[in-house]
Amino acid sequence: MTRSAPIAQAAISAETMRGPVAGAESKGEAVLGGGPPLDLSRKPRVTESLIQGFLFLCGAISILTTLGIVFVLGRESLLFFANEEVNLWRFFGGTEWQPAIGRFGIWPLVTATFMASLIAMAVALPVGLCIAIYLSEYASQRTRSILKPILEVLAGIPTVVYGYFALTFMTPFLRGILGRDIVEIYNTASAGMVIGILVVPLVSSMSEDALSAVPNALRQASYGLGATRLETAVRIVLPAALSGVAAAFIVAISRAIGETMIVAIAAGAGPNFTFSPFRAAETMTGHIVRISGGDLSYDSIDYNSIFAIGLLLFLLTLSLNVLSQWIVRRYREEYE
Amino acid sequence: MNFIHQRQTVSQPAEGLMPSGTAHHEQVVARQRRGRTWAVVFQAAVLAGILALCALLFNILNQSFGYVAIVNTIDPSELAVEGLPLNELPKDKLVEILEANISAGLMRRYENDMPFTERSRENVHDLILERVVEPQVQATWGLFDSIFARGSVFAEAEERFPGSEVYFRSWLTTSFISKSQSSEPLRAGVRTAIFGSLWVVAITILFSFPIGVGAAIYLEEYAQKERLLNRLIQTNINNLAGVPSIIYGMLGLAIFVRILEVITSGAFLGIGDQSTANGRTILSAGLTLGLLILPLIIINGQEAIRAVPSSLRQAGFGLGATHWQVIWHHVLPSAMPGVLTGTILAVSRAIGETAPLVVVGASTFIALDPSGPFSKFTVLPIQIYQWTSRPQDEFRNLAAAAILVLLILLLSLNASAVLLRNRFDRSRAVS
Repeated sequence: MTRSAPIAQAAISAETMRGPVAGAESKGEAVLGGGPPLDLSRKPRVTESLIQGFLFLCGAISILTTLGIVFVLGRESLLFFANEEVNLWRFFGGTEWQPAIGRFGIWPLVTATFMASLIAMAVALPVGLCIAIYLSEYASQRTRSILKPILEVLAGIPTVVYGYFALTFMTPFLRGILGRDIVEIYNTASAGMVIGILVVPLVSSMSEDALSAVPNALRQASYGLGATRLETAVRIVLPAALSGVAAAFIVAISRAIGETMIVAIAAGAGPNFTFSPFRAAETMTGHIVRISGGDLSYDSIDYNSIFAIGLLLFLLTLSLNVLSQWIVRRYREEYE
Repeated sequence: MNFIHQRQTVSQPAEGLMPSGTAHHEQVVARQRRGRTWAVVFQAAVLAGILALCALLFNILNQSFGYVAIVNTIDPSELAVEGLPLNELPKDKLVEILEANISAGLMRRYENDMPFTERSRENVHDLILERVVEPQVQATWGLFDSIFARGSVFAEAEERFPGSEVYFRSWLTTSFISKSQSSEPLRAGVRTAIFGSLWVVAITILFSFPIGVGAAIYLEEYAQKERLLNRLIQTNINNLAGVPSIIYGMLGLAIFVRILEVITSGAFLGIGDQSTANGRTILSAGLTLGLLILPLIIINGQEAIRAVPSSLRQAGFGLGATHWQVIWHHVLPSAMPGVLTGTILAVSRAIGETAPLVVVGASTFIALDPSGPFSKFTVLPIQIYQWTSRPQDEFRNLAAAAILVLLILLLSLNASAVLLRNRFDRSRAVS
């Protein structure tokens, strides 16, 4: 609406400029002087509308993607639950996942997922937060400009490389420390720890953004009252940025739950209902990758089952992401 | 007033304005000590992050180079003719040796593939190494052991594999890059995987770059922010960026591989691999990754477009340009470096992505280079995953070498993104 004025002006200037070129000066004067009233309404421009329509379609593809995800996961999951071997009660209550003998209890996959994520968070949250506090409150401009690219490199390494690292470095490392009898070759502990390393850059960069956004006046007031740097960082800046830090934590959890290649390589191949982090177990994502890696025939119960797992995974991560956005909106401290 | 007066008298000690006394002094010292301790903890956390990166790189380099123990089925020295060693023999002698040692059927197959008269001497030499000498890897050692514990490496090889030949091998060689996949670790290479990666990424860029930039332009330049539909699109894009990549793989499997099979298998054009005509092709993989990185490109593109000063737009409108003319001639050129930087980062994410492609259906073993968008595919990360999943050590070495190739590829992409950003910053500062 606001742009109709410049476009109307454009029409005038085009008229006036065309006038002298055509040699009909009287026409130009007629437009500028009295004559018939100018039509200031917006000219319909077909190409412009076509372009706008196309650009809108580009934006709408994202909606289509979401609808596609919901449709695909929902449809195949419905087919899965329509199967007589499966029912919701046994799906959410069973502690055994053996598609070969018709046992579809989701718990072994869920516990392994949560165990790996829990270990990952135990690594990533303290380390990531400490790095964020250091970068935002302690480091000089120069140190920051060196450290941040290093963290970006960590964040840019493909997950399959982390999986390799978990299997060939972290697992032998754990087995060397704790003993080969305790730690199996495939275990959730090493996978979880490496997922932790993977999400450290995510936690630290999001938290650091939140910490740096706290206005300097708060820090100076705190120093003025005689607080040390640590007290300023932990008692003034951190609480002020708490919503952003919490959002970072939640996004990190969501990322850890959805992480696939590390667990597919290092955590084991075969659902196992266990609470020991040193034993092999298969997470939801790991199971999907292993099942679909083989020759999977369509419309088999295996095929449908991975979509049911995928739906659960999608809902879990989506609700975590929405929660983190809600926290930022609801609890953000405004200081300006 | 009374209250303030009381406070002043309470907090004002007899000697002066500042609090003092041994108890207070000790408290200050303790607080400062705590501050120093935690500063060390924060630095240790940073150090831990750097150490993790170093451990990862060390681990990969350690596995990519090192001693190997090889046992040959036939010792090359036994094949020497008239005192000349194998690698100095002329071609006709090499063909004779080959004929004497392999079955007639295999010989005919080689002849059919390419007549021996046309083969080069090196080619026949390689065939002899492959079929007659048949080197087998018995054990491998890491770079660290190979440098610092050479003695024990040789002793162990002597004890466990008597008669084996121990030599230093770099798993990352030019032939590793130029040879296609093989079940023999000594002859395996990543050529097929590199071509697969390039094809898939080309499709991904062709699909997601125009659409991503278009969506970014729509959201920044056209969309009225207060309309529900536009707000929905924006929220939706932010949420899509957080969906696990494996979910995109399942979307690709159900939509591109199954429902659109006619298109993605190439059957609608009558081309493509008819023997395995299904939708598990480069096209499906590229489109899946395109959907995956679309939200990233849109979000980065929006930021770049938002950073274009609005005075530029006003000047364009003032001169009578239409909305699209302003965008095409003024907004997009200024935003382009930012858009490209974001796209390169998104593409490097796509190159490293593994899980969705496993679900879409990467081939486990193909030795032929992909011929077009309707070929079966494998990509570098998939190759790494498959080699890592094998229990034998030598495949782990191969995986490490492939990881090096992948990391070098990603590093050069990221470096180009940084260069682009810096150059853009400078050129804007000058003007």
